[in-house]
Amino acid sequence: MGRTADVTSSRAGRKIMALNYDDVLEKYEPTLGLEVHVELSTKTKMFCGCATEFGAEPNTQTCPVCLGLPGALPVVNEVAIESAIKIGLALNCSIAPFSRFARKNYFYPDMPKDFQISQYDEPICVNGYLDVEIDTDEGIKVFRVEIERVHMEEDTGKSLHVGGSTGRIHGADYSLLDYNRAGIPLMEVVTRMIPGTGKYAPQVARAYVTELRDILRSLGVSDVKMEQGSLRCDANVSLSPINSGKLGTRSETKNVNSLRSVERAIHGEMIRQGNLLENGERIIQETRHFLEESGETRPGRSKETAEDYRYFQEPDLVPVAPDASWIEEIRKTLPEKPSIHRKRLQVEWSVPDKEMAAMINSELLDTVEATVKLGADPTKARSWWLGEISRLANEKEVAPTELMNPHEVAEIISLIATGELTDKLARQVVEGVINGEGTPREVIEKRGLKVVSDDSALMAAIEAAIAAQPDTAERIRGGNIPAAGALIGAVMKATGGQADAARVRELLLKHLGQ
Amino acid sequence: MAAISREEVAHLARLARIEMSSDELDHLASEMDQILHAVDRIQEAASADVPPTSHPLPLKNVVRPDVVLPSLTFEEALSGAPDSDEQRFKVPQILGDAG
Amino acid sequence: MSFIFKTAAEMSVALQAKEISAVDLANEHFDRIAKVDDDVHAFLYLDKEGALEQAKSVDAKRAAGEKLSPLAGVPLALKDVMVQRGIPTTCGSKILENWRPPYDATVVTRLKEAGIVILGKTNMDEFAMGSSTENSAYGPTHNPWDLSRIPGGSGGGSSASLAAFEAPLAIGTDTGGSIRQPAAVTGTVGVKPTYGAVSRYGLVAFSSSLDQAGPCARTVLDTAMLHEVIAGHDPKDSSSIHAPVPAVVSAAKKLDVKGMKIGVVKELSGDGFQKGVSERFNEALEELVKAGAEIVEVSCPNFEYALAAYYLIAPSEASSNLARFDSMRYGLRVGDDGKRGAEEVMSLTRQAGFGKEVKRRIILGTYALSSGYYDAYYGSAQKVRTLIMRDYEAAFTKADVLVSPTAPTTAFKIGEKANDPVAMYLNDIATIPVNMAGIGGMSLPCGLASEDNLPVGFQIMAPAMQDDLMYQVGGTLEAALNSKWGAPLMSLAPALGGK
Repeated sequence: MGRTADVTSSRAGRKIMALNYDDVLEKYEPTLGLEVHVELSTKTKMFCGCATEFGAEPNTQTCPVCLGLPGALPVVNEVAIESAIKIGLALNCSIAPFSRFARKNYFYPDMPKDFQISQYDEPICVNGYLDVEIDTDEGIKVFRVEIERVHMEEDTGKSLHVGGSTGRIHGADYSLLDYNRAGIPLMEVVTRMIPGTGKYAPQVARAYVTELRDILRSLGVSDVKMEQGSLRCDANVSLSPINSGKLGTRSETKNVNSLRSVERAIHGEMIRQGNLLENGERIIQETRHFLEESGETRPGRSKETAEDYRYFQEPDLVPVAPDASWIEEIRKTLPEKPSIHRKRLQVEWSVPDKEMAAMINSELLDTVEATVKLGADPTKARSWWLGEISRLANEKEVAPTELMNPHEVAEIISLIATGELTDKLARQVVEGVINGEGTPREVIEKRGLKVVSDDSALMAAIEAAIAAQPDTAERIRGGNIPAAGALIGAVMKATGGQADAARVRELLLKHLGQ
Repeated sequence: MAAISREEVAHLARLARIEMSSDELDHLASEMDQILHAVDRIQEAASADVPPTSHPLPLKNVVRPDVVLPSLTFEEALSGAPDSDEQRFKVPQILGDAG
Repeated sequence: MSFIFKTAAEMSVALQAKEISAVDLANEHFDRIAKVDDDVHAFLYLDKEGALEQAKSVDAKRAAGEKLSPLAGVPLALKDVMVQRGIPTTCGSKILENWRPPYDATVVTRLKEAGIVILGKTNMDEFAMGSSTENSAYGPTHNPWDLSRIPGGSGGGSSASLAAFEAPLAIGTDTGGSIRQPAAVTGTVGVKPTYGAVSRYGLVAFSSSLDQAGPCARTVLDTAMLHEVIAGHDPKDSSSIHAPVPAVVSAAKKLDVKGMKIGVVKELSGDGFQKGVSERFNEALEELVKAGAEIVEVSCPNFEYALAAYYLIAPSEASSNLARFDSMRYGLRVGDDGKRGAEEVMSLTRQAGFGKEVKRRIILGTYALSSGYYDAYYGSAQKVRTLIMRDYEAAFTKADVLVSPTAPTTAFKIGEKANDPVAMYLNDIATIPVNMAGIGGMSLPCGLASEDNLPVGFQIMAPAMQDDLMYQVGGTLEAALNSKWGAPLMSLAPALGGK
């Protein structure tokens, strides 16, 4: 962080040292605003019947409506409305008894009509909230993020910029447009200004987007993949001197493609703005882009004239007035909120807070739950997923769920429970499954990893061990129980680790009269 | 209402993405002026308590089912394109960010 | 006598009686067009191939004994604002020169399914903005009654094609009078149905909350028959009404207005209208009284603001609807030299591709919607709309239909009002309130003005969803006037074609 300051003198003529994050927070407090765009997973677009498949050949999922051809008209997708209502209810919003679409007018080649059909002063959902938990110095704290609105709009086409040095927009010779994405339903979730987060602003933002994402996933309305763009976050940050009672000028940061980037972008913006303010400079209200590599933001291309969207009610569409009874029906079908769900699991599984947090942070909660549903003991399931499998996954730089699935893990846990596997053998089974040698049972077969628990086989090994170490055997007969370890070890070695160690001990001691 | 200035017309032409010559701007400013004077009078008619009508019809909740319908082929989609490449619409370089 | 002088209903009978084939009928019309359209310039494009293919298909089906729509085989002229697959659709603008849409408007689909033979696309004011067809980028259309005069607008091509006997049927569109005013000045019939009665899918939008496609012909019955083909709910148009199409053909045949109350709108009753126009209008009222109707006077005081409100709402919606013409996906592209950016190419294209009137209205509309001005202009205009609807509501408690002259003057000379936009806008003073309220309006001929022997139009306005009332009154009036004149008005139209 703390990069060298610009050589800009303060009014007092001194050079001001660059502030780091903590320095900034000593003097300033942040206000956040978050806008999240959610691409719905409906089969068809918002206003026409074109398919919404990801990855289709360019311009094969377009029609007069989503291409904005002269004469074409929009017709609203009923599932999009239902999804908007689901989202609103899950976020504790009121559903507007009467809402309208509006045109947001501006020119851009990825917008076929050169206006976007959106909602302006009559959005479908208003006045909600989402409580998020973050880990602070004083323990877990709950922040209530107020949600101003959820509204419906349509996505734009995709542009490929050709020429220029990096394929990025600056310096491109021309652009190529694919309108497959144009018209896909977007829900925009807008928070009210979020004050009072102090140094936790980045975490609060991340926690909010994470919780929102989990809720959307549980509702089944979107596949919420930030990497694929079905969940997009714009972060607004402003700083003001602590207790000044005034609001600072905000910047808006776009292109925030992951949860981690949400946190980093806000962190970086707070430092940038704090340093500017300390140097007596103004914050420009502008759109900025987040740069993954450095964690900094750079200004977007500023426009010559401020954009005036000239919003007016969309004359080609009629108002949306959802029936109160329909809204209630939808409310009844809402799944358990992820935060409630998590609390319930935590109680059921008796998981301490820190471990619960670890499970959530590692994004393995659903996986563990799936494993438990298949019969595995919760503690064991947790331990395997967050332990061995995560370790191997980190080594290979992949996600744990790419190495194994809940069925396989549940099977292994059950084999340990029945004594057919020991923990040690199980690790070899895991290795085999990951190597693609088959299911756990197949690996056990192929590698011959089954626990030897057949008493006669064990006795044979035990007698061989006794024969090889007669003195040790004598000491055991004489009451020196700890000495059994050496013989047990020898049996384990002889059986390639497949002997049931506890049973070996039992039989050995009995055999030697103990 | 005051007359509309040439600068305002130039600003509007920019918003509407229509290039205009100096003569065109002057001419348009004076025409706009005439028209605006003619339409100004509606403000005397529209009082605060009259609700606006944006739709002559009392329709609401017109929706369609989420069922896939045939799209255009990409040839049809691109059929009017002034320029295309790689099955995409080819357009001059985009300099600004989206609105 | 050539079949081209028949009505569509008569042609339909002749086709069914196999007195003439659809192919021959189409060719007779193409011959007529070849003879007169150099003078009239009603058409921008003729689709001989498509028309004859359709005609052939109708003839084959008829020969095979298939049940056909009543208008199957009857030719029609289509206003060039309606999208027709594979056929150049220009909307009278350079910006869409040679654009061939990859889809059909719903109206066009219905016409094709009914076996109607679409001869070609007719001329119009650019993007339907105008009252004289002088704003077409492809040159004006000339009124068949006097070639030095305008045929009305924006649908001058359609009305002229009817008056020149180049087609018995036409489709027009009407946003502030663009079907009715051309009908009035060419002595033909034109109807703007209730808003939402006819699908707007494929109608290139000018002002979305006002636009409506409608039937045009030389008689009320023909218009009614065409109305029944094109009207009806369309799921592709969210503003499409669900109610069934009223029985307009039977209404047109009723020939009875006994006991009906005809409301004359005081504010549209002729103050400032051409004397000859008012004279013919009043005589028509007398015919209705003779036929058993009662004339009542109604007042719609907010109509005086209708023009102002219209010239704010329509340009506002248009400024947004026409934004899509940015050279990126279709249409004209100017200035793309590989160095200029997209925005500059958009701006140069729109400068070159749009005509003066269109630019004027886009700028006006942009202004009316812009921040700081929305409430004073667009917002206020929407309120005036409410007031106009209330005026109609009140008036329709006193009368079954309302009437007025369609236009304040007969056809003026080409060029006469071209440089005075405000004077031009006044042509729509009687027709605009109808669009603002979304109700139905019809214009039919009620005679020639004594000053200039040019056609005068009689406007009938019916409550929303009751278009049949217009046809009932219109049909009755037409019959009464034809009886009084001894022949339809069109028989007085000057012969065309030089010979």
